[in-house]
Amino acid sequence: MSPELFIQYLFAGITYGIIYAIVAIGFNIIYNTTGIINFAQGEFVMLGGMTAITMTAFMPMPLAIAVAVLITMVVGALIEMVFIRWLQSPSVLRMIIITIGISILAREAALHIWGESVRALPYFIGNEVTSVSILGARISPQVLWVIGVCSLMVACLSLFFKFTSLGREMRACAANRRAATLCGINAKNMVTLSFVLSAGIGAVAGCVMSPITYSDYEMGPGLAIKGFTVAILGGLGNSLAAVAAGLLLGIIEAFSVSVLPLAFQDAIATSILLVILFIRPHGLFGSSEAASLKEF
Amino acid sequence: MDLLKRYIPVLFLLALVVAVQLVTHFTETTYYLTQLTMSAYYSVVVIGLCVLMGYCGQISLGHAGFFAIGGYLAGALTTHNLMSFRDHGLVAVLDRIGLLVAGKDLYGGDLLTVEPWAACITAVLTAGLIAMAIGGPVLKLKGHYLAMATLGFGIIIFRIALASAYFGEADGISEVPAFRLLPGIDISGSFGARILNYYIAWVVVIVAIILLLNLIHSRVGRALRAIHGAEEAANAMGVNTSRYKLYIFVLSAVFAALAGVLVTHYNGGIGPSEAGIMKSVRYVAIVAVGGMANIWGALIMGVVLNFLSLRGVFGSYDDAVFGVILIVIMLFAPQGILKINPWQQLKSFLPLFAEQSGEETPE
Repeated sequence: MSPELFIQYLFAGITYGIIYAIVAIGFNIIYNTTGIINFAQGEFVMLGGMTAITMTAFMPMPLAIAVAVLITMVVGALIEMVFIRWLQSPSVLRMIIITIGISILAREAALHIWGESVRALPYFIGNEVTSVSILGARISPQVLWVIGVCSLMVACLSLFFKFTSLGREMRACAANRRAATLCGINAKNMVTLSFVLSAGIGAVAGCVMSPITYSDYEMGPGLAIKGFTVAILGGLGNSLAAVAAGLLLGIIEAFSVSVLPLAFQDAIATSILLVILFIRPHGLFGSSEAASLKEF
Repeated sequence: MDLLKRYIPVLFLLALVVAVQLVTHFTETTYYLTQLTMSAYYSVVVIGLCVLMGYCGQISLGHAGFFAIGGYLAGALTTHNLMSFRDHGLVAVLDRIGLLVAGKDLYGGDLLTVEPWAACITAVLTAGLIAMAIGGPVLKLKGHYLAMATLGFGIIIFRIALASAYFGEADGISEVPAFRLLPGIDISGSFGARILNYYIAWVVVIVAIILLLNLIHSRVGRALRAIHGAEEAANAMGVNTSRYKLYIFVLSAVFAALAGVLVTHYNGGIGPSEAGIMKSVRYVAIVAVGGMANIWGALIMGVVLNFLSLRGVFGSYDDAVFGVILIVIMLFAPQGILKINPWQQLKSFLPLFAEQSGEETPE
């Protein structure tokens, strides 16, 4: 493999990897505040991308993206308020089935609104053939957009959780919900907020990735399973580890194309998921003692 | 006496099956029998999954995968021509012991394919062995991890079916021959065999039901209920929980694979959509509506919902209907619609209006 080709694959891997990481962080935010794995996480990415594509017909693209992200956040809030807020300590099985139901509904709604056609946002800079040269490899500027925007989101999220009062309140709920409630934190609102946040970052990822990966109504489940793989790989609930795990999975996938037919690419991610679940369910970076205390 | 009580519903079902056939005969609506036959086969998957979910408390989002293993293997083995491998040692041996059948294709060319019985047994055994192999590690997982692991298994099977030329890629396998159970009794979609096939399917369902009923009322069944109630307690009482869970997982996989084999012969083909995630979710939805741990509920819902879906009643909202069913049932009646207790519902609704702590029924 020539060095240029190597860098080409590497960037492809990083691009997909960081998107998987964003989906995984979406899983983590909701998991941390509620203990729920939201199987509809991939649908947020789909909704963000598809809404933005529709909105570009009426307004300039940056505005369209902002509106799409806002709409997806509202959808996230609505989902939490309608389906989850009023359930009292539901069993895990019940929550799994409900969120799967939500993901089906979102997908079917998208199918009836947008149809089966594959769409894409226009490139943010230039077009399909525009490229910049990095170490001899030709990279689309959109790839740099994806990497830049997603990295910025990760950085902002960690700052948000560390230094703002709201972020601290959310972490308090994650650590001990009852104690947080006793301190005057409204835990239910924190749960709604976690849905809004993870819908928002999913939608942003859905918009920046749309020009290169395209959007269609059924992109959600594929992304969700990879995002989940990444979340598990990094250790459920650990967002920074999710970034590392995301990059790892993305790069493995990108290089697997040079060995195996493209059709098997999804099977690789899923096999990694199974192997990780079987041998290290607490993730590459997590500790098994901590994991055994959590309830899955 | 107890035994009689257990089998009365079975006799009732038998009578109903015959009655439905007679009604369709006299009202000249025999075309319904085709969908009823298909629904019956899908219900075999559902009742197997019902025991796994209801009695073991283990969710599986990968049962369409087992269905597909059965269907695809049976389809591929009975369709692919082995004529060009005739001189190969293995093929020669199989031929000599009578596991292969020779025939003519549409153009008069020589065909050499695997005998449907042998293909069926191979397919079901393979599904059982795969279930046994993955069941060990998978069933150690709980909750979300278990759901995702089984979902992942389903996706891998779907991808393999979609990506390998042997299984026909996106087109699936077609022109699967009839399955001769006994001389004169074929499983096939031919017009004349419609009534016969209707009865074959329902006999399969009834045998499956009797098997499961006996299982739940045996020592194994009691162990299963103990596992569902409190796994640690069951373990402490000396119940080998992991062995029983694996046992039921394999059993339900075998049921799904068998249904896959029979549906493939009945339809004369199978496509990748049978292996899709939505199919697995659909089976789970049906079990949820019928009520976990309620074989009769699962059977009724399996037949009703599959029948409506196959008749195309839901139109392009087919998947959406199952999504709504899942959400509504899990929100308002996690015990299944046959067990709705209005008073309990009212109580669990109260917190919506007043911040009162009602108690959630455990499941």
